[in-house]
Amino acid sequence: MNSTIKIPTMAEMMAAGEKPEILFWVGCAGSYDERAQRITKAFAKILTHVGIKFAVLGTEESCTGDPAKRAGNEFLFQMQAMVNIQVLDGYDVKKIVTACPHCFNTIKNEYPGLGGNYEVIHHTQLIQELINDGKLKAEGGNFKGKKITFHDPCYLGRGNGVYEAPRKALEILDADLVELKRCKSNGLCCGAGGAQMFKEPENGKKDVNIERMEDVLESKANVLAVSCPFCMTMMNDGVKHFNKEQEIEVLDIAEITAKENNL
Amino acid sequence: MISQIIFSLIFIAAVVCFTLQVRKIIRNINLGKSINRSDNPKERWRIMAKIALGQSKMVVRPVAGIMHIFVYVGFVIINLEVLEIIIDGIFGTHRIFSFLGGFYNFLIGSFEILALLVLIGVLVFLARRLIIGLKRFSGVEMTAWPKSDALYILLIEVLLMLAFLTMNAADHKLQILGYSHYIKAGSFPISGFLVGLLPNSASSLEIIERSCWWFHILGILAFLNYLPFSKHFHIILAFPNTWYSNLNNKGKFNNMDAVTNEVKAMLDPSFAPPPADAIGRFGAKDVQDLNWVQLMNAYTCTECGRCTSVCPANQTGKLLSPRKIMMDTRDRLDEVGKNTEKHGKGYDDGKTLLDDFISREEIWACTTCNACVEACPVNIDPLSIIIDLRRYAVMEESKVTGSLNAMFSNVENNGAPWKYSPADRLNWAEKE
Repeated sequence: MNSTIKIPTMAEMMAAGEKPEILFWVGCAGSYDERAQRITKAFAKILTHVGIKFAVLGTEESCTGDPAKRAGNEFLFQMQAMVNIQVLDGYDVKKIVTACPHCFNTIKNEYPGLGGNYEVIHHTQLIQELINDGKLKAEGGNFKGKKITFHDPCYLGRGNGVYEAPRKALEILDADLVELKRCKSNGLCCGAGGAQMFKEPENGKKDVNIERMEDVLESKANVLAVSCPFCMTMMNDGVKHFNKEQEIEVLDIAEITAKENNL
Repeated sequence: MISQIIFSLIFIAAVVCFTLQVRKIIRNINLGKSINRSDNPKERWRIMAKIALGQSKMVVRPVAGIMHIFVYVGFVIINLEVLEIIIDGIFGTHRIFSFLGGFYNFLIGSFEILALLVLIGVLVFLARRLIIGLKRFSGVEMTAWPKSDALYILLIEVLLMLAFLTMNAADHKLQILGYSHYIKAGSFPISGFLVGLLPNSASSLEIIERSCWWFHILGILAFLNYLPFSKHFHIILAFPNTWYSNLNNKGKFNNMDAVTNEVKAMLDPSFAPPPADAIGRFGAKDVQDLNWVQLMNAYTCTECGRCTSVCPANQTGKLLSPRKIMMDTRDRLDEVGKNTEKHGKGYDDGKTLLDDFISREEIWACTTCNACVEACPVNIDPLSIIIDLRRYAVMEESKVTGSLNAMFSNVENNGAPWKYSPADRLNWAEKE
């Protein structure tokens, strides 16, 4: 996983008179968070591997406004949205894929009312499609004999009813797939949503990610699959809390897929 | 004759009192802001049929769900019998529908079986509250009144069903004795077992039959008038509440139009915002700032606690309880309604939903995960109220914790919730 790949930007493509099939919306976590950057890279490798012509906005990308909106700052959200829509429309973007369920939800559901109409998919949906088309396989055998479970991100699952796409990448693995006791529409939040990621939690008995990690421990899984960079942070903190770094690995669906395709 | 007059007067009084109370609730709900929830009626009827009529979200928890279906189906169908009782009461007839013959026997027989199922359901519910002590029936918001309200409802249902079955048993025995006007009518698969327990004297039986008849119908009329003061009002509001459900993806939060106009004016000085109709405040401080669907949600809530039992904040010991959000909204709305009645519209009692009922600590503990919305058997949306309260705190008061303020300023200045330079956004691509 250490080969560098060329990441084209929209500006470069436009200058070359080209147009990508799809815009990869990286998101703030995917751009700046060190752990999430690895998810971004894995997904970019998948896009390159299957030959999808894509581009990123690069420095022209800005926060979708999701955390501001969930925290009640509608002004800031709409300012961000309007500026982003101007940029996206400037490049005549039609289709967007993102590895962040929060960006996915916001652009898909909340931008149309402000004039931004795009086809938006989550990266697990694209991966599912590519698996169905036979373009991605599970031949690495990296997960043979391992027990894998999946933590549903709220804004992909309950928020938008996407439950099967992320599971597809796991079902084709030669591994033992188990569900957490609270899963799908009954899934428990990782604790990061609603701008909780950016503040201290209120007083309570424990943190939400610890409660969730207890579900994971109960499942006896060795691999915890996630599909949201914020869930990734929260669940990794959960693993550290229980000193289970040796036993449990937290991986994004994109990373699992990239690994199985030897990318 | 005299009993017919008494019955008719009581019946009219009960219906009038009930109507007056319901109108108060409608008036209170109309204190909310307007919102259009009449689009796509076909889908709305489908949702109402599936969720309210079909109880589809109730059975997610099978034990409570199935017992609830017993009570619900029993309640709806046994009300056909109430129709006969009312006609008999007004016209002094006895079992007026008995001319239906075999079909009447079938009906009465089914009512009896349903009455037994209702009894079983209600007894299971009582056991869950009094003996098993299910966790979700307790909590800070479950004070003395909500707890006794639940028990009163269950107790009334037990008494009504027992009166119904005893009445039938006495009637049945009088039919066997061929006494007076007690013609052979109905079948009694359940009350038949009670016949042996009753006295043999026809006059005593008649007293029992009449007492149960009166107790049953007076009980129902009293119960009807209890509804508007009780969480049990959900049996009515569950239907409109599901019809007016939010049809969007749950992840989609509404974009505030008032904000859109201001943002457009900021980005484009030539943009002329449409004249705003009576500028309210941004977000919600009190119940009048919420929309009428949110207020109807509050009156629909039957305090089952499924929302709170799945709330990540509540499960980890935080103060937030989505059920409390709904109960507080309802209690505050009741209070505002009473104030309006006493002092006229626009009276300020110095209290507000935020702070006097719902604390800041509660609203900031929410992860907006939508588990409460998903869990509600009648599509109540506590999350939208939490967000409107947050909007007020942020946009009208700028009253948020330092870390959230830092996040806001990062988004505003750096285009990311963290303090990174926008110029570094693509640096990940260079990394190994």
